[in-house]
Amino acid sequence: MTNPDSALLVEEVHVWRGTRHVLKGVGCRVSRGELLHVRGANGAGKTTLLRVICGLLRPEQGSVAWQGHSIASVRTEYQLALAYASHEPALKSDLTALENLRYTVGLRRRVTDAELRRHLERTGVGACAELPARVLSAGQRRRVAMARVLAVQATLWLLDEPFTNLDAAGSGLVTELLAEHAGRGGLALVVAHHELGLQQRVHCLDLAA
Amino acid sequence: MSVGTWEALSLILRRELLLSFRRPDQLLQPLVFFLIVTTLFPLSLSPQLALLREMAPGVLWVAALLASLLSLDGLFRSDADDGTLEQLALSGQALSAIVIAKTVAHWLVTGAALVVMSPLVATALGMPVAAFAPMMLSLALGTLTLSWLGAIGAGLTVGLRRGNVLLSLIVLPLAMPLLIFGANATDRAIAGASPAGALYFLGALCVFTSTLAPLAATAALRISLE
Repeated sequence: MTNPDSALLVEEVHVWRGTRHVLKGVGCRVSRGELLHVRGANGAGKTTLLRVICGLLRPEQGSVAWQGHSIASVRTEYQLALAYASHEPALKSDLTALENLRYTVGLRRRVTDAELRRHLERTGVGACAELPARVLSAGQRRRVAMARVLAVQATLWLLDEPFTNLDAAGSGLVTELLAEHAGRGGLALVVAHHELGLQQRVHCLDLAA
Repeated sequence: MSVGTWEALSLILRRELLLSFRRPDQLLQPLVFFLIVTTLFPLSLSPQLALLREMAPGVLWVAALLASLLSLDGLFRSDADDGTLEQLALSGQALSAIVIAKTVAHWLVTGAALVVMSPLVATALGMPVAAFAPMMLSLALGTLTLSWLGAIGAGLTVGLRRGNVLLSLIVLPLAMPLLIFGANATDRAIAGASPAGALYFLGALCVFTSTLAPLAATAALRISLE
């Protein structure tokens, strides 16, 4: 069953929310070096699909496999291989940007403050490292969340609306990071309302409302 | 290099304590509540020492339970609201390790703090100094047990918008044995009798919840995360 070409395989996923059938047999296959652009109207289940793929939500039917194994059977290994950036930046407002990274990235791998600062600088918020997340703008918070995605050094990126609140330079940066990530052999699923601006290796998945 | 469970536990514990100290208002709320309630009782009743001493165990225990319960709702809710709970759940660490570290941190900033403050309140209620040690031990065991019970309730109600009332309804009935044995231990210590029997019961309850509650709370949290 193991297919080295398709690192992530999602098959026939069905999810109901109460009586609402949110995901109706969604499937996709993403290989190393590929990006998948998940599109769909509001309420089409884009975020639900990402939550299913990262293992937070168990689908009523269907399966998600990582490198040929069901994600439930390789839970720890799979979690260490993925970076999930939810719709909210997921930062504690009372902690500084650096502390936020230290206490989440630090659970996955040993990391130094200097390295975390480098990632914050890469996403353009190096000067905000010592500021509490509470005083950062929405765009800066998004950049800190992106720095966390970089810092965890994951193979699979699951990004939910990563362009929200970002200025033109910020959007360009995310596009650039995605291209670099794919270039290194990483894979990513990106939920976004506009085009990613990357021509090569981008597949699209359209979810019906 | 991957991070071991002990290292992860200590990291989450440090994160929780840091967050608590960054919000002193939330940190002090249960302690101030404890002080105010125990001060109001003598004011509303008679200030006779014999009467105060007789009602001291009940007042101390009811106030400590309610004070500890006050902050339980926030155990997972704050992390769930800002999305950081999902990040913790996907960190590659066991969810139970996260639950254990967060619950221990909750006990340190509420239960342990109440225990440290209890001699002050006990003095005001006219308790003999000899009864302080058994009273503090009973409070330590009782509040730790309550934190574990609360973790189950907080895990179950984290997804609900107004889970606070439901949390009290779930946890308070389960906390009744703590109140009975805790107040009894304190009462016997004041009377000069041995509080050992009641303390053994509290100890047993504490061991029981410390071993099983993390599993139940983890399962509850996993359901709520969906």
